[in-house]
Amino acid sequence: MYPANFEYVVPSSLHEALTVLSESENAKVLSGGMSLIPLMKMRLVRPTTVVDISRLPGLDTITDEGDHIAIGALVKHAETGSNALIREYATALAQAAGVTADIQVRNQGTTCGSIAHADLAADQPAAVLALGAVMVADSVRGQRQIPAADFFVDTLTSALADDEILVGIDIPKGGRSAYAKLGRRGGDSDYPIAGAAVWIQGTDGSVADARIAVTGVSSKPYLASAAAEAVIGGNGSSDAIATAASHATDDVVVLEDLYGSVEYREHLAGVYVKRALEDVLA
Amino acid sequence: MSTTSVMGGIVRRKEDPSLIQGKGVYVDDIRRHGELASAFVRSPFAAATITSVDASAALALPGVHAVYTIDDVRHLGLNPAQVAVGTLRPLLADGTVHHVGQAVAMVVADDRYIAQDAADLVYVDYEPGDAVVDLKDAYADTVQVHDGVSNTLLTWNGHAWWEGVIDLPDPSPGIQEAKERDDTVVVSLEMVNQRLIPTAIEPRAVLADWKSGYDSVELWSSSQIPHAVAGAVGLAFGIGSNKVRVVAPEVGGGFGLKLNVYPDEILVCFASKVLGRPVRWTETRREAGFASIQGRGWIGTSTITGTREGKILGYELDAICDMGAYTHNFTVAIPLLGLFVASGQYDIPTSYALHCVVTNTPTTDAYRGAGRPEAAYYLERIVDAFAREIGMDPADVRKANYWKPDQFPVTTPIGLTMDTGNYEVNLDALLERVGYEDLKAKRDAARAEGRLLGLGLSSYVEVCGFGPSALAGLGFSWAGYGLPAAFNGSGVVRVQPDGTCTVTIGTGPSGQGHETTWAQIVSDGLGIPMDNIEVHHGDSIDSPMGIGTFGSRSIAVDGTASFEATNRVKEKAAIIAGHLLEAAPEDVQFADGGASVAGSPDRTVSWAQIAESAYQPHTLPEGMEGGLESSVVFSPPNATWPFGSHLALVEVDPETGDVDLLDYWATDDCGNVINPMIVDGQVHGGIAQGIAQALFEEAIYDDMGNLLTASLVDYPLPAAENLPMFSLDRTVTPTDVNPLGVKGIGEAGTIGSAQTIVNAVVDAVSHLGVKHIDMPLRPKRVWQAIEDARN
Repeated sequence: MYPANFEYVVPSSLHEALTVLSESENAKVLSGGMSLIPLMKMRLVRPTTVVDISRLPGLDTITDEGDHIAIGALVKHAETGSNALIREYATALAQAAGVTADIQVRNQGTTCGSIAHADLAADQPAAVLALGAVMVADSVRGQRQIPAADFFVDTLTSALADDEILVGIDIPKGGRSAYAKLGRRGGDSDYPIAGAAVWIQGTDGSVADARIAVTGVSSKPYLASAAAEAVIGGNGSSDAIATAASHATDDVVVLEDLYGSVEYREHLAGVYVKRALEDVLA
Repeated sequence: MSTTSVMGGIVRRKEDPSLIQGKGVYVDDIRRHGELASAFVRSPFAAATITSVDASAALALPGVHAVYTIDDVRHLGLNPAQVAVGTLRPLLADGTVHHVGQAVAMVVADDRYIAQDAADLVYVDYEPGDAVVDLKDAYADTVQVHDGVSNTLLTWNGHAWWEGVIDLPDPSPGIQEAKERDDTVVVSLEMVNQRLIPTAIEPRAVLADWKSGYDSVELWSSSQIPHAVAGAVGLAFGIGSNKVRVVAPEVGGGFGLKLNVYPDEILVCFASKVLGRPVRWTETRREAGFASIQGRGWIGTSTITGTREGKILGYELDAICDMGAYTHNFTVAIPLLGLFVASGQYDIPTSYALHCVVTNTPTTDAYRGAGRPEAAYYLERIVDAFAREIGMDPADVRKANYWKPDQFPVTTPIGLTMDTGNYEVNLDALLERVGYEDLKAKRDAARAEGRLLGLGLSSYVEVCGFGPSALAGLGFSWAGYGLPAAFNGSGVVRVQPDGTCTVTIGTGPSGQGHETTWAQIVSDGLGIPMDNIEVHHGDSIDSPMGIGTFGSRSIAVDGTASFEATNRVKEKAAIIAGHLLEAAPEDVQFADGGASVAGSPDRTVSWAQIAESAYQPHTLPEGMEGGLESSVVFSPPNATWPFGSHLALVEVDPETGDVDLLDYWATDDCGNVINPMIVDGQVHGGIAQGIAQALFEEAIYDDMGNLLTASLVDYPLPAAENLPMFSLDRTVTPTDVNPLGVKGIGEAGTIGSAQTIVNAVVDAVSHLGVKHIDMPLRPKRVWQAIEDARN
């Protein structure tokens, strides 16, 4: 549990951080450190350079940008979970932040850090997938926007290039959302064994549009399109919800581990799609 | 006990201001000039022959001072602090390895980072063999962990465990007879009491400083037993234990895992001696799954034969108990401790066979409760199953079989004597407090709505605070390193020349609040304010000869020693005060920080005046020895037997199997209580650890012996958010084996709780056809049990 040797850089500007990243062979970006530090201590990750962006100015804000909400790279889970804008316009992400790990982690870890880490069982990815968020990646080559649907590539692998930093997330306004999970220690405590985030748009109980995302179940958090289609155009009936739940794991390979068999996880994914839908349609 | 004193009162812990501000001093906080750090090369295989060790690349790394293998330390012999049953662990692997993580080589370097880098550069060639992990496979003995040695080290049989000491009748024929009767019911369950990894917030840590000019050594160790460590180090190096100073400073959690003398404690002394510099090793969180002992690990069947009216005619327990690859300090004695309480609070014929079996896994030894939680689990689960089978309330079945108050002292089915008990009163106190009948009605009403509520009850009895010293023998050889000091307690009370007081004890805290509790005992006796009393501990040279902190023994044994020492100091102080005040000693009263004469409240002397006189012998009565201190060794005539009743209310989510622990109540009885807040704190922690076994924790090995739960990501510990507010109360049934009337409380919560939770969860789903679910009751298991019962 002692990391291998590495160079530690504290840049004074985003530009400097991006420059260091572009010039390093095997650099890692550090913000809250809740995932990176344990991996380094177990020597599962051995970066030659650690770029500590935690003191960069201007990246720790949540702002209302008119048609979307912008979350900066250094915003902590605790802030995401309690911020009024997020609670109103990105309820699923606020709920996910509120049930991530424990209060110490929520005060230290960042929302963007969790997303960039791309853990298959993290809470945040399901929320940003369902919310149709856009990831803002920056590098010396320029800034680009990556839709959440294209961001999660595989286990611990995102669409970020080695020289890119996830500097923020833009979440479009509109619709309603919810997140629900079963944690490893029961209730919503600990990593999800299965979790689901849902987003719907519509009035008076009708569902004009919907997105449903599932985490903890397969090698990456994913959009369950068939599940969403089951509720789109309907009025949120219990039959439609049950149909959506039955399509929660269509076209994905469901994984098995100490916390659940394939059969159990398939079942749970459906249960939490159902519960998140019931919550948002209530 | 005095009623006007600090004894029995809630006194805030003296130690907390330093501990909660991060100002306590732990081993890793201590720095020695010129110190080096070490790391261990550990086996990736559970069973293998070592064909070569190449340390050349490691030695070539700048900052590396040495790489040691068994060839360097074989002359030190085996770690002396091990039960002489089974295969003992060599200091470093000697040609073979028998569990994943076994230490093969030790690297010493300038700092711990370089040491770890170098450890990664030591190349060891292994020829892997077949690992034995499954307990039933191990018991079948088809593959042996140690070639040519049976995997079964010994079997504890209830009636025969001290054959030749006393004769006990074999209960088996009577139980068989009962089974064959027409009017009896036989209920049997096979259950796993899973292996656990004790997880102290402070992992183990050691720092050795060998003084070549004096041929002596100072060793700081996060240990529950510094005196035993000193004895073992002395034996290993051929020096007297009086040349080994082992200091256990603040210890951040023990739970039994620091109740062993480990090879690394000897190896850092060796490295320091050879290199002429202080050498440290601090266990990493990941290493804690390999380098320290683990707990539990039983698979067994318990069976009750009884009448439909609830009378139990026979209890049988047959279990295979996992010892791991090597035996340590107590290892094979842990099932024996369970056997001591296997029949719990009940007057029932009992028959047991506990098979101590080795596997290719790390050693098991004492973990909070140490055999007694396992025993309570097997008994209280099957009592519940029996109650369900005959359709009786589980509380009523328990009451029908309790030992009655007028039967004490009770001779248990294995010949031990239980001091005091009042079981039915204790259970009734719990049931009345919680409104048991209303709770049952609430459960039944919820069930009618399709909700799965369950109530779980457990009684338990603990045995702790050992002696008598004859029990410590038990045929084991513990000679020479300290523990055979036969489970005495020791305490030295000294009034300083300025009237303040030091209390030096042979036991020390790893979170239990000794510094407060002992100050209460002494303050109560002498009338010296708590703030003027300092409690010292954990130094093998400066503390009185001590056995250490384990088995819920500190207060009953060492506490009594300090209590007696306090009385003796008080007797002498009364003579001195009488001399100063020109009064008879029997007329001297102590209060308000000094002494006065009965009937003449203005004739007073302070403790400072009494002490000043004590240290100036010419002012003392003719012939009186100077000084004002007393050293007492207390040998208890018996162990103490605390008991209690626990109850839990749970709700199971029928869709997911998720268990929601709604309420937890406990009514414990540990005799007289010195500090209710500290006792409650011990019960809180104990219950949390029992709930953790019931719901969360499990050390899981694959078929190759790899630990799949080596990090806290995969080994979920209980957090405050996972636990309800515990509702505690107690009855008070003092013991007669010590003058304080106190029993132990350190392990009670753990012994009473795991089966309480499982009983509640099974109650919630029993109407669906579920009879048992093995711990931990993770959602997947509960869901699967419901599914299986439905299909």
